[in-house]
This record gives sequence, C-alpha cells and structure tokens, in this order.
Amino acid sequence: MEYSDPIFVVIKKGILHFLHGFLPEWTVVIISIMLSITAIAIFGPVTMMYLTWLERKVVGRMQNRWGPNRVGIFGLLQPIADGIKMLTKEDIVPQDADKVTHFLAPVMVVIPALLVFSVIPFGRGMTAVNLNVGLLFFLAISTLTTIAIFMGSWGSRNKFSLLGGMRAVAQMVSYEIPMVMSVVPVILATGTLSTVSIVEAQLGGKWFIFTPWGFFAAIVFFLCGVAEVNRTPFDLPEGESEIIAGFHTEYSGMKFALFYMAEFMSAFAISGLTVTLFLGGWGGPVLPSWAWFLLKTYALIFIMIWFRGTLPRFRVDQLMGFAWKLLLPFTLLNIFVAALWQILPSPKNLLVSGIAEAVILVIVFFASRKDSPTKRTYIFAD
Amino acid sequence: MDVLHCLARFGFIAATLVTLAAAVMVVSLRNIFHCALALILVLLGVAATYISLKAEFFAVIQILLYVGAIMTLVIFAIMLTSKIADTTVPQTNRQSLVSFAILAMFDVFFIGSVIKTSWKVNAVTMAANVDAKVLGMAFMNEYVFPFEIISVVLIVALVGAIILGRSDQ
Amino acid sequence: MSGIPVSYYVIFSGLLFSIGLYGVLVRRHVVGILMSIEIIINAANINLVAFSRYVAAKPEMGQVFAAFVIVLAASAAAVGLAIVLSVYRNRRTIYTDEINLLKW
Repeated sequence: MEYSDPIFVVIKKGILHFLHGFLPEWTVVIISIMLSITAIAIFGPVTMMYLTWLERKVVGRMQNRWGPNRVGIFGLLQPIADGIKMLTKEDIVPQDADKVTHFLAPVMVVIPALLVFSVIPFGRGMTAVNLNVGLLFFLAISTLTTIAIFMGSWGSRNKFSLLGGMRAVAQMVSYEIPMVMSVVPVILATGTLSTVSIVEAQLGGKWFIFTPWGFFAAIVFFLCGVAEVNRTPFDLPEGESEIIAGFHTEYSGMKFALFYMAEFMSAFAISGLTVTLFLGGWGGPVLPSWAWFLLKTYALIFIMIWFRGTLPRFRVDQLMGFAWKLLLPFTLLNIFVAALWQILPSPKNLLVSGIAEAVILVIVFFASRKDSPTKRTYIFAD
Repeated sequence: MDVLHCLARFGFIAATLVTLAAAVMVVSLRNIFHCALALILVLLGVAATYISLKAEFFAVIQILLYVGAIMTLVIFAIMLTSKIADTTVPQTNRQSLVSFAILAMFDVFFIGSVIKTSWKVNAVTMAANVDAKVLGMAFMNEYVFPFEIISVVLIVALVGAIILGRSDQ
Repeated sequence: MSGIPVSYYVIFSGLLFSIGLYGVLVRRHVVGILMSIEIIINAANINLVAFSRYVAAKPEMGQVFAAFVIVLAASAAAVGLAIVLSVYRNRRTIYTDEINLLKW
C-alpha cells in the first residue's frame, strides 16, 4: 500500500526526468503543465460519462426499476451509446437566433466547469496548480457560469428560454452569497486561501465537519453548491415538466451534450470542494490518498443523486426566500460562532459554540417562517 | 530562465491586445448584448494584466466582483430595456468623427510623452509580495475608516437603486 | 522579476482610457455609455495597481485604493442602471438623442 499512494506523482516525475535529459529546461516546464492539463481533460469528461450512468442506475433503483442494463454488463457502455447519439444528432439553430451568442453559450458553460478542476487536491501532491488564492479562484470562476446561461437563454430568441434563463440567473446569484459566506469560517480557522493548505490543516482526523460551525457550514455549502449547479431540488430553470427545458430548450445534439457535461462536471467539482474544505480532503488511514478523495466525493455525489430521486422541486419564491431569509443570516452568524471557537480554550469552546449554534439555528428558523394563512371563509357556499 | 520571461512578456502583450480589441468592440458594435459580452472580455483581459503585475488576489477579486456581479447587473438591465430584435439602428451619434480625431491626437501625444519619460522604479517594492493577508491587514489597520465608509456607501447605493427602480405603484 | 517596464502598463491604461472616453462621447444607447464608463474605471485601476507594484512606498496601497474604486464603480453602475430602468418605463426609449424633452 505504501507504493500506490504517490503513484501518479511518481509517474509524472519519471516522465519529466526522462525528458530532462535531452530537452531544454523551459520545455520541461511547459510539458509538466501540459501533463497536468491532459490528466484533467481526460478525467473530467470520463467522470461525467460515468456519472450519468451512476445517476440513471441509482435513480432507477430508487424508483424500483433496473436503470440501463442492456448496453454492456450492468449498462456500463450506456454513456458511450449516449455519446454516439448526441454526436450524430442534427444541430438545429433557430432561424432568428443570434448566431454568435447561441454558439458561444455552451462553450462558455463548459469552460468554468473544467477550469475549477485545477485547484482541487485529488491526492497528496496531486493538485494541478497550487494557487495561493485557490479557494477564491474556484468561487470566482464558478460565477462565469451565470453569464453563459444568460447568453444561452437570450441567444435562443425564445420566450420560454428567456424566462428559464432569468430564473436560473436569479437563483445562481442568490445562492452565491451564502456559498461564499459559509466558506469564511474555514478561512478563519486555517488562515489561508490555498486548498492544499486547507487539506493539510485537517490531517489526522481533525476534519472541520466535526466542529459545530463546520457541520452547519458544510451543510449550507453543499446545499448552495447543489443550487449553483441547478440540480434537483433546485432545478427549476431546467425542470423538464415546468418550462419545456428552460434555457437549453433550443439546443440539440452536441451543444446540449456540452450543457449536460458542464452540469455533471460542476456537480463533481462542488462535491470535490466540499470534501476538500470540510471532510478532510484526501486524508484517511489505510487506502491511498486519491482513493479516499474519490470515495468521499462519490459519497457526496450519491447524496446529490439521492436528492434527485426523492425530493420535489422548489417553487421560485420558496427558492429565493430560502436563500435570502434563511441561509444568509445563518451563515453570517455562523462566522461569529467560528470566531468564538477559535478564541476560547479547548474544552470550553465546544460547549459555548455548540450552544450558540443551536440558538442561532432556532432563531433564524423561526424568524424566517411565514405566518400560516388564515382559514378561508366562504361567503356564498355553505 | 530567459525563455519563460519572454513567454510571460508575450502573454502580457497578447492579453493587452485582446483587451484593446474588445474595448473597441464595446464602443462600436450595434447589438448591445454583443457589447456586453465584449465588456466581459475586457474585464477578463484586465484581470490577466493584474496577474502579470503579480496581484493574483486582486485579479480574482476583479473576476468575482466585476464579471460575476456587475456584468450580471448590466445584462439584466439590457434584457429588461431592449427588444430582442433591435439591431438595425446606428449606435454612434454625430460627434463620432470629431471625437475620434481629438482622442487620436491625444493618444499620440500621450504615448510619445510616456515613451520619452524615464520612469524610476523602487526595487524594494518590486520585490515585495502582496497577498490576501497583507491586504487584509491593510484594510483592518490603516484603512479601516474608508472601509467602514465604503460599507455605508454601498448600503446607500443599494437602497437608492431599489427606490429608483421600483415601479410607481 | 518580471522584466516588463512600467511604461507598458501606463500606455495600456492610457489607450484603454481613451477608448472608453470615445465610447462615452459617441454612443447613443444609455447602457452603452455606462459600459464605456466601466472601461474608464478599469483603466484607472490598472494604473493604480501598476504604480503600486513599481513605485509606491508600500506595495499594497494601490491595490487597496483600486478595491475601493471597484466598490464605487459597482454602486455607480447599480444606481445608473436603476435610473435607466426608470427612464425606460417613462419614455419607452433608451437612446440619448431621443430623450430630449423634460415634460410636456
């Protein structure tokens, strides 16, 4: 087991060492960067393909049916069949659509989804780029998806698309703020924005999810992440029975496949970031580091798929009320509780911050409830 | 590594040219939505310039605030105030030739005088490393008063925008 | 150290500023004018950050100022766009040469 942990790092170092013999120094630097980019570019879409398979299987089993099981054993070749289908479909562009915008929107949705894979630590020493503002880079790049959804909905010249696009953007912008605010306690506790250092601060079993502020911050961050990638129960913008298909109504073939790919890659990236920030990243006792990371990430993705199979969809006013009235005050007060945790000495801080957290939760929950409507009185009926 | 420095300089010049081309597109395209997309390219190019100035935290803040929030606001405003098929009107008023001439002359004069000046640089400052911690300490220690005033300005602007944008019911 | 001289950044910000100024003087669409103002503000920000890296006494001074400038630009854009919405509701047009009556 000792050898399998740094296996990818060793492979990459071996290749670079081999090339170092007969290539100048600057070429080796560029090839090192290209190797990381190639690894991510292969890992991203393959992950997406098998996530679609996993989702269809799991949702099918939750609905007491098999899921895809004809194409290959257990349906494992189904994503390949899906890929062939999407590549060979006719690419329909509406006549009055704004061609530049309609063409660029799927491209611009995939770019942030793939770019954020570069700051997620997949294992010990296996981060593509160790930026010292890595966490903020992740949050900033995921705001580019909003613009791409605008472009998709406006460029299609379709009123349903526009409506779906506006709702999607309103939802994404509302859920960005609790997402950023719920990460602030982690930055407070570790004093750094680099994802690699955040994982290293949680080694040895001191995961942030076991602290009072971390538990609730992890739940809030995960929920906001689910809202950001437009998955059920927050998938009103693309709800298949609500608004035809929302902002990607007019897209067919490969462009739709790109939207679909961006959604699943973002789901993986958000799960990966939750694991990095709150669940200890790649830390764990026996298995190699990258195996722990994939295990934890897929556990969170399973929870996302579980949400999809179980929960109904939020209505748009319930969605916005949830973000602004419940999550935002809660995350702001959570920062204070995290500060209390940092300052007080060790046995007392658990008690104080646990009680403070429970009090805040109760207050915010009851303050954000609407009054129940009074019973209707019928004038003319009996 | 001289080649990497040349590549860095080449990257900076490429980012500069892309930003200037996108800025020209912002001021001259007919379809206002395309102008907004070109403005996003300008803002991303400016963020790339900040990265070449070794201000990475500031570049990420620029993307988060400008592209993520302000451009969303601008695009919402465009969508709410324009009809979808609105591209056939000319976008420049009568002052275009005169403005172009005067600004071109100003540019030539400006670039000439910048090239002729010898700029003294401060080697200590160039070697320093500004990251989030340094900026955070600056905000909390020396610049705390403007920081608090800026929060008040933001609240005032927010309330003012809500009142101005409300319909008259 | 990056071997890019300061004058490159000053020229770049000057050109961006003049393009933005051309946009403010020339465009008819009100949101277009606001976007050109954003270009002007970004040009000024580049200038601030470049000088704070090369010349300033403390290297974070320019970035702090530029952060304040971004916040003020955001509030200006928010209030300006609220005014644009208000004008659109009353006059049904957003081209500056058609908004030329006070009240009738």
